[in-house]
Amino acid sequence: MKFAVKAWSNGRARAGVLHLGSCPSPIETPSLLLSTRKGLPVFISPDLLPSLPSPDSHLLQVSPLHFLEGLSPKTISSVGGLHHMLGLHDYGLAAVARDSVNCLPECDSTNKLGASFETPCGRLLIKPVEYMEMISSLGPNLWATLADEVPTWVSDKRNKTSVDRTVRWMDECIALGPAGGAVFGAVVGGSSIEERGRCAQEVARRNVSGYWIGGFGLGESMDDRPALLNAVTDILPEEKPRLICGLGLPGTMFNIFCDKGVASGIDLFDSVYIYHLTLGGFALTFPLDGIDKKKSDFQLSDIGVDHTKINLRAIVYRKDASPLVKSCSCYTCQNHTKAYINHLLNVHEMLAQILLEIHNTHHYLGFFRSIREAVKAGKFEQFRRQFLESRRDCLSTAAAANA
Amino acid sequence: MALRFEILGRFNRARAAQLTLPHFVCQTPLFMPVGTQGTIKGLATSQLEEIGCQIILGNTYHLALRPTSELIDELGGLHKFMNWPRALLTDSGGFQMVSLLHLADITEKGVTFQSPVDGKPMLLTPEESIQIQNRIGADIIMALDDVVKTTITGPRIEEAMYRTLRWIDRCIAAHSRPHEQNLFGIVQGGLDPVLRDICVRGLVDRNLPGYAIGGLAGGESKDSFWRVVAQCTAALPEDKPRYVMGVGYPLDIVVCSALGADMYDCVYPTRTARFGTALVPEGVLKLKHKAMADDTRPIDPTCACMVCKNYSRAYIHCLVTKDAMGSQLLSYHNLYYMMKLSRDLHTSIVEERFPEFVCTFLLKMFPEGNVPEWVCNAMEVAGIDISSCCAPFSSSQDLES
Repeated sequence: MKFAVKAWSNGRARAGVLHLGSCPSPIETPSLLLSTRKGLPVFISPDLLPSLPSPDSHLLQVSPLHFLEGLSPKTISSVGGLHHMLGLHDYGLAAVARDSVNCLPECDSTNKLGASFETPCGRLLIKPVEYMEMISSLGPNLWATLADEVPTWVSDKRNKTSVDRTVRWMDECIALGPAGGAVFGAVVGGSSIEERGRCAQEVARRNVSGYWIGGFGLGESMDDRPALLNAVTDILPEEKPRLICGLGLPGTMFNIFCDKGVASGIDLFDSVYIYHLTLGGFALTFPLDGIDKKKSDFQLSDIGVDHTKINLRAIVYRKDASPLVKSCSCYTCQNHTKAYINHLLNVHEMLAQILLEIHNTHHYLGFFRSIREAVKAGKFEQFRRQFLESRRDCLSTAAAANA
Repeated sequence: MALRFEILGRFNRARAAQLTLPHFVCQTPLFMPVGTQGTIKGLATSQLEEIGCQIILGNTYHLALRPTSELIDELGGLHKFMNWPRALLTDSGGFQMVSLLHLADITEKGVTFQSPVDGKPMLLTPEESIQIQNRIGADIIMALDDVVKTTITGPRIEEAMYRTLRWIDRCIAAHSRPHEQNLFGIVQGGLDPVLRDICVRGLVDRNLPGYAIGGLAGGESKDSFWRVVAQCTAALPEDKPRYVMGVGYPLDIVVCSALGADMYDCVYPTRTARFGTALVPEGVLKLKHKAMADDTRPIDPTCACMVCKNYSRAYIHCLVTKDAMGSQLLSYHNLYYMMKLSRDLHTSIVEERFPEFVCTFLLKMFPEGNVPEWVCNAMEVAGIDISSCCAPFSSSQDLES
């Protein structure tokens, strides 16, 4: 794996390039890791994956814990590792234990021996040795070390312990590590700036290829995030990539968490947000260049409308023969209408989720492309402000109309 | 009439043909997957095209409920609504009604039932069924028939057969788009050859674009099943397509094709996929089985589909029944298998090697030579020599599918 920062904007935000052995083209950052279940997207069939923009759609996030049911490390190794098992030879695979959907850190049962997770197989305690056995058989391009992630409401003592454990496990994982695959050292620290800083310093001392920033999306407030993130990124060496999980949990507005993450110097993001959107029957619709409707275009029918996304279950779409987003070139928008997706949702057909996941992924990847362009042009702060302002305009106009 | 049926090759009763429909030129024999609610579960239209699907079935009952035939009509018909560029067939809605609704009852007027939405008493008449199907816009539409289970005996069967004939006239009268949609009649009559014969003649008199053999694929024995198909295909006109409804298993399709049938539909390939079962030349492969967890071979080494080219049984095993992707991949493979079977049937007849194909098929499925007796009997009537596939002392076990 090779990574280099190519441009900066407004302090910490950076655009970079990531080279992975299996990916034919280099991947520009900030970039998304697409969520998978057992290596394949939750809904998008592997033969429809190539319809997504390339090469940005070629980074997949995999949790080794997904393979605990039904597939032994021996079998995975005998096939030649995960790339072969999935038939995705020109994709980059990033292994992280936590997937924010099915494999959730369960800190109460975590102990000095291993990290506890709630998984579809029940609650499991994963020790570094077991974790590394899975990583070795999977053979991902990059992988995060095992971490003890705790929510923000634990005691200071528990939080300190989580940092100590995470650093210790990192050393164990590295020692047990396979020859190939780039190691991303895990950084935790909860909602304590000191602990975040301490952890970052310890990890920065190790010979790792990049950093996985965990412990977010576990109860911290939106306002606290920038400070916590900066406490970490200010310490971590600039030239190595930073990967984060858990910023996109339900209830957060994508652009706010995203822009905070990019603004703090994060390079790789998970995309759990897409999964939740898709399950809810939502399609992303916001304009990708950040310029939203002018105030004068606002209509009464826009009251209560969220200009980020639409909910295809709404009756208003029953006869709407237009695509989800007019200018969108994704498979779904090129082939199907809002009316059809509305029908599929009503009759509980899986094709609805497949089509929505394709569109949402496509759209979100497009958003990241806009972010990258803004950073490369040194205009990220401007881009960010424009986006926030246009959202604020819509909300306040809607509020005024409601009054 | 809105179709052309041109026979390109034969072997005794079996035929390979080109069926030209308003939306697509098809090759028969062919299998039609069932897309109940305007979609084949878990598969996109581009995938269905790649797999080679030619005609897809839509269920009138379900579509009339949601999103309603009026809405489909308003949006330009079902082809446009689901963006399926090839052919569509809709059934009459009658069968679903009788099988899904507890209090459905059949009278001369039509099928009376309780609306599943609000419990109000409703009536599906032959006229209403055709009007709904006219709005949906499929290339082939089915007459409303009075269908009875083959396990029932007595005067009900005769009553149903005659009523089916009376209803076909009402269907024909109500059909407002005969130049765009082909109305097929359905032969009823239970397992009684006399009744079946009367029904065939009555339908043929009406000079319909095509004919279906209905009322089978229920609980009847395989022996009864093939005899009814054989009788009907012998009596139905040569130059029109013959559709055996609700069939089915690959073996049944091969036998019926040998006897002269052209079209089939069944939920089996996609439904069994959702239970973790794959269709293979040897029969079926149950991916849920523990033995699959370490099996790194593809589902079918001879299959060219993207599932068999990329995935091992072990990987599919860890997906099935737990992740939606498992159903998707298995449905893809199973439909690919059925489409390949259709292509093989057509091509082997055209290339004058149909008996060889049948023997190869049977040998793979019954390597010990234990071809079921009903298949042997049917093949004898079809004039196909399968002695090379049958063990010298073949036991007469009926294949319990």
